[in-house]
Amino acid sequence: MTGFLWLVPALPLLGASLLGLLGRRLPARLAATIGAGSVGLAALVTTAIAIGWLTHPPASETYIQPLWTWISLPGFTANFALYLDPVSLLMTLVITIIGFFIHLFSTEYMHGESGYSRYFAYLNLFVAAMLLLVLASDLLVMFVGWEGVGVCSYLLVGFWFETPENGGAAQKSFIVTRIADIAMLAGLLLLATSFGTLSIQPLLADATAAWPSGTFMPALAASLLLIGGLGKSAQIPLQTWLPDAMAGPTPVSALIHAATMVTAGVYLVVRTHTLFQLAPAVLDAIAIGAAATILVAAFAGLAQSDIKRILAYSTMGQIGYMFLALGVGAWSAAMFHLLSHAVFKALLFLSAGAISMRLHHEQNIFAMGGLRAELPVAFWAFLLGSLSLAAFPLIDCGFFSKEFLLAAVWHASPLLWAIGLFGAVLTAIYIFRAVFTVFFGDIVTETSGSYGPRIILPLAILGFGALTVGWLETPDFLGHFSILSGFLTPATGAAQHPAIPPLVPLAGIAAPFAGIAIAYALHANGFWRRQAAAPSLARRIMQSAFGFDAAYRALFVAPFLATVRALRHDPVDAAFVSLETLAIALHRRLRREQNGRLRRYAGWMMAGSLATLALLVFA
Amino acid sequence: MIPWTAPAALSLGLFLLGLLGLLARRSLVFVLMSIEIMLNAAGLLFIAAGMRWGSADGQIMFILVLNLAGAELALGLILLLRLRGRLTTLDGDSATLLRDAP
Repeated sequence: MTGFLWLVPALPLLGASLLGLLGRRLPARLAATIGAGSVGLAALVTTAIAIGWLTHPPASETYIQPLWTWISLPGFTANFALYLDPVSLLMTLVITIIGFFIHLFSTEYMHGESGYSRYFAYLNLFVAAMLLLVLASDLLVMFVGWEGVGVCSYLLVGFWFETPENGGAAQKSFIVTRIADIAMLAGLLLLATSFGTLSIQPLLADATAAWPSGTFMPALAASLLLIGGLGKSAQIPLQTWLPDAMAGPTPVSALIHAATMVTAGVYLVVRTHTLFQLAPAVLDAIAIGAAATILVAAFAGLAQSDIKRILAYSTMGQIGYMFLALGVGAWSAAMFHLLSHAVFKALLFLSAGAISMRLHHEQNIFAMGGLRAELPVAFWAFLLGSLSLAAFPLIDCGFFSKEFLLAAVWHASPLLWAIGLFGAVLTAIYIFRAVFTVFFGDIVTETSGSYGPRIILPLAILGFGALTVGWLETPDFLGHFSILSGFLTPATGAAQHPAIPPLVPLAGIAAPFAGIAIAYALHANGFWRRQAAAPSLARRIMQSAFGFDAAYRALFVAPFLATVRALRHDPVDAAFVSLETLAIALHRRLRREQNGRLRRYAGWMMAGSLATLALLVFA
Repeated sequence: MIPWTAPAALSLGLFLLGLLGLLARRSLVFVLMSIEIMLNAAGLLFIAAGMRWGSADGQIMFILVLNLAGAELALGLILLLRLRGRLTTLDGDSATLLRDAP
């Protein structure tokens, strides 16, 4: 079955080509069938491969499918090959299955939009590029997918390009990630010139053999790759594009800016973790940056009014947790949180989309209220997603993954654990602030319309996933399942469940309760609505996410624009242009002398003759 | 015997008179006449020079200048008639078609 692996990225690519070439000539129903069907088929193929893998695992725990030789130069070769191991298999499953349900949701959500087939063409192209990213056996091929998802993200953020702000948001997301990608490309060039190959496994083996741990070269290569990952995953200091990327359609935010693309940075670090282990300083920097991201995202999430921006900051924060796990070397904990985050954040985004499609695309939570009885499906889906995000004990996947993750962090550094725990309390506060404001209290806006099966089914499946995925890996006191880390062991090394004091899981259990209680108390006395109506200075600072945007505008954008304005008229060229200007001015003055007046000509002739004569006589 | 300077001075006077006419008159007939006067002033200077060096060359040159003036006058009068046919005026200042476009 693994021989059909090439079909997995090829099917969405075929779908994208069909939709792109036939375009608006396709009827909407056929476009939806092609768009969702190609990803659905890819999901089926992936599931079949996964079942085959679990029943008859390959001897080496990896499978390489060579397709063709891409570049062959003396001293450097790049092969186009697909590489399947437990990590990439898990990513492929997440992308195709969650991707399929988001496509299904989109067929109804985007119904009646102009550019319906264009939307599915972009979305299919995105899935193809993302699959290429995770399946690539060569960093150069991965970079193709990496840039492909960046382009699709740009196209989909700016999908409603008639509004200029959306175009600006698309450009921002593209430019910020491109800045990060320059660093990543530099890292790839460094590795390629050092080892003559970018094929991941030989490269990592060569690097381990050639570079001693803790020296400069692996640290340089790892940090360059890391910058690329930080940009893609919206981590400090390259996080500013993600909240603006919410200008795209909501299912796009669910697929690209929550479940898959933004976790590419985590995947990149896990994929090349052998290289990162050679650079302990870089790992420490990852952990510290992740802690900062968690705090900034949590405080910013507390002050947002737009439901999608709340979710955007929560995505940033949850990826911060994954990077925190990476920083302490807990690779499988990061992958577990990636999996559960993909499920519950897709659920949250889709239910947020389901809410706003019934409210005339309203996204301000303070224009909503009392929707619990009006929209029960969206309420239960959103509540389940929020409980997962807040890591509410036992019933949801977020609890298990965060517990596993924070236990590993505690083992490495209790201080980072405390920051993570504090972030978890804040996370519970801000997401339940949204839950209480949107679903409880008085009705603010009346709803309209109804949900079809293509809205309800994805929400139900993802909700079921949020309930069950967590049991793949449980702490010692809850049965000690280690299905996921056991599955990932060949790729990431065995994960320990280190012995931790009982305080750690107890604090983890208490955090969501504390957060929900605070959110409810502030909801009950009307604090959230008062702050939204008359924001204090602290709230304004938090709402702007601590002014990163303003600082970048002052530090980079404004000087750049000033330079552009200064160079607009080419000051270097001015010296040469002035010669031309002088010649033209003289020419104009002399031309005026040709006035056709005979007597004046005669006068000048006489003056000239006299001058010549005077010169001859007196000189 | 009058000195050679007297005709030379007369020639200078005639030349300046002709020049003044050329610069001051607007009618093209008078302009032509002024040019003739200036040519004759030049011819007179040739004769004065012949007197000074006792040579007949000056008189020969005068005959040449006289012929030249006759030919030039004929051409000038033809241009004058053509101009009058075209512009219905003999004012030299209004004949400014050969100028740079303003």
